[in-house]
Amino acid sequence: MAVEPDLKIELGKQGVFVTTISEIYNWGRKNSVWPMQFGLACCAIEMIATTMARYDLARFGAEVFRPSPRQADLMIISGTITKKMAPQVVRLYNQMAEPKYVIAMGACAISGGPFKQGYNVLKGIDRYIPVDVHIPGCPPRPEALIHAFMTLQARIDAQPLTGGDRPRHLDADAQGLFPVPEQGAHDLEPPVNRLVWPLPAPSTSGKPTGSCE
Amino acid sequence: MTATDLKSYRPPVIELSEEGDELLEVAMGPHHPSTHGVFRMDVALDGERVVRLKPVFGYLHRNHEKIAETTSYLASMPYTDRLDYFCSLTNNWAYAIAVEKLAGMEVPERAQYIRVITAELTRIQNHASAIGFLLQEMGASGTPLMYAFREREKILDLFEALTGSRMMCNYMRFGGCRVELPKGWLEQVSKIVDGLPEFIDETEALLTGNEILMARTQGVGILKPDLAVNAGVTGPMLRATGVNYDIRKVDHYGIYDRFKFRVPLGDHGDIYDRYMIRILEMRESIEILKQAIKDIPAGPIMDPKSKIRGFRPKAGEAYGRIEAPKGELGFYLISDGSPNPYRYRVRPPSLINLTVLEDMCLGRNVADVVLIFGSVDIVLGEVDR
Amino acid sequence: MKSAEEILAAIKTALPEAGVELVPNPSPSAQHSLRLDPAHALAVASFLRNDPELALDYCSNATGVDWPGKEITEKVKVTKVVDGVETIVEETVKRVQAGYLEAVYHLYSMKHAHREIAGPVVLRMRTVNRTDQVELPSLTPVWRSAEFQEREIFDLFGIVFTGHPDLRRILMWDGFEDHPMRRDYVDPDDFEYEPTPHDEVLKRAEQHKANTGVTA
Repeated sequence: MAVEPDLKIELGKQGVFVTTISEIYNWGRKNSVWPMQFGLACCAIEMIATTMARYDLARFGAEVFRPSPRQADLMIISGTITKKMAPQVVRLYNQMAEPKYVIAMGACAISGGPFKQGYNVLKGIDRYIPVDVHIPGCPPRPEALIHAFMTLQARIDAQPLTGGDRPRHLDADAQGLFPVPEQGAHDLEPPVNRLVWPLPAPSTSGKPTGSCE
Repeated sequence: MTATDLKSYRPPVIELSEEGDELLEVAMGPHHPSTHGVFRMDVALDGERVVRLKPVFGYLHRNHEKIAETTSYLASMPYTDRLDYFCSLTNNWAYAIAVEKLAGMEVPERAQYIRVITAELTRIQNHASAIGFLLQEMGASGTPLMYAFREREKILDLFEALTGSRMMCNYMRFGGCRVELPKGWLEQVSKIVDGLPEFIDETEALLTGNEILMARTQGVGILKPDLAVNAGVTGPMLRATGVNYDIRKVDHYGIYDRFKFRVPLGDHGDIYDRYMIRILEMRESIEILKQAIKDIPAGPIMDPKSKIRGFRPKAGEAYGRIEAPKGELGFYLISDGSPNPYRYRVRPPSLINLTVLEDMCLGRNVADVVLIFGSVDIVLGEVDR
Repeated sequence: MKSAEEILAAIKTALPEAGVELVPNPSPSAQHSLRLDPAHALAVASFLRNDPELALDYCSNATGVDWPGKEITEKVKVTKVVDGVETIVEETVKRVQAGYLEAVYHLYSMKHAHREIAGPVVLRMRTVNRTDQVELPSLTPVWRSAEFQEREIFDLFGIVFTGHPDLRRILMWDGFEDHPMRRDYVDPDDFEYEPTPHDEVLKRAEQHKANTGVTA
């Protein structure tokens, strides 16, 4: 139940603070996002630089990098995911407790980036797990990571607690575990999780054959 | 003869303490807080003691060599930035040297000086970060790394002003450098270089005489010089064992014969020596930088005969190497006369320095493994390529 | 450091039956190499390392090269009897040159490092073919720095090093079957059409054009 902003300000002047459950719940969540200490490649160095004195990610309530996925809310995929590493990334994601979020940092995590033609490079982590925020760049600057972080905070803030759009941890039927791909004789099996990445097959004309929704 | 040779350079077999004790197998990594990126060590423990340690690579194998063989020579230059992503400028230089050898190109004087300046700045920021990460793994969480990154940011600002990018500089070209120095850049460099001794003194005041650091590192992870040479260990790791081998002095590549600098050597080959070598090398780099900034001439930065488009070296092969901050970084190229290299190989110092990781760790405690591994100073982008 | 010719002469005096040849390098780098006979490679390598004059105690780089077989078309002059008269006729002959895999080693001397400016001493060895006879002797017993690099050659090129203490895949996972650095390796077709904002911009531009009839 929303309170009119003017009334809220007026009441605030009188020392009465009015809020809603969802507002205070999300306010708490968005200001204490604990990322996982999980560096993959070049972008990880910029991620470390973001936590250092000059950029200081701690200002956003995210200074506690946890080494264990059990204690983390946010996975910053910072770098190239190879096919040898992809099963472990999915497994770590599965081990994280809800609510959990993913930032794909850099071109490699989004699509394979400059290494896209490599035989051992996964063409984007969102083939296996859902990603909340993508940051382009090779590597993105620390400011870009901070921007992505603020975008994520805005996203958390806007999440309703009831209804169809509610977060997964409040939805008993929601899918939180994703199948871990296996390393086969030539490639990962399956090469793509169609539940997360329902895209049409490559078209010959180079134009989309269907919608990406 | 060969069988005994093999034996003397293999890690010794560790005797177990009690009969019938079961070994504990631990997989450290690929996601582990002590690893610099995605690297795994399969460790077998007898109580706290390490009795076997097998490194597992390939979690960041992104096919740099294969991609380079399908693109032109110049198009591989930005990929070399991403090998050892702390030291993109020295990677550029090593690749440029290999191609210049392959095609027989000359580099103008001014470009040589710029290369030396950027490479030594890279060395300083690499060693500072390496010490920071080593201390991080010792449990000094944050502070030394923050000090190192404070200096690193200053140097990255210089790189950004020069090349347009903080980390992935892509600055060198075959036969010279890409852009002329921005106005006032050298003054900025010399201002920052003048401030660096203060940073090193501060680090040393905090660490060098520190009792905990000495207790944890002295006599730990000892590497013998003959094993180090045989295993191809290079860089600060090798010099900490006392072997005087610095490619800047051996090959005189670029213009390193013009500068006066010393090569610091250790005598125990333990972690403390490696730490000390890095500190002293930073001091020598500052000396080189001062001389280079003073002597840099005016002139062109590119060889006028060098071709950027349609670059096709004649058939043949070349191996070029430099002293990168982590050791000998080499590039081996085979040309068949086409615009793409037929074979493109990176000789990664980080991977080969890890050959002796098991030897250094055997018989030590698990907590020491983390430290010994940190003292090797590896970057996974280069180990796995 | 001595030149490749001098080293070849030294090997020939010490090990006359070794069968080492000089492979010239036409590029300006002039890094000529020595081709070893795999049967004597270990003996030659030990000699190079232990000889006090050469003392090549440091094997810097070890790598593989793939040379696939190729079809060569040649014009050959053949003597033929045409209408009872011997004439010389030019014929085009196609022959298949067998491919092979090659291992290349770059050696330096740390003992004599400061004597003079040194180039690498390059050793090469060839396998018989690329399919079933791909064994080469491992030089890890002589230089341990080849240990991981030979594993990498085994992984990516498929050369089997006999006498290697621990020959396993190093970069790819254990169940992987191919050798991806070979020239004829076909990587899995996992490219897909991925929607980019670029397409949306294009679509909007086309829509605009259709609506207004104005380009741009």
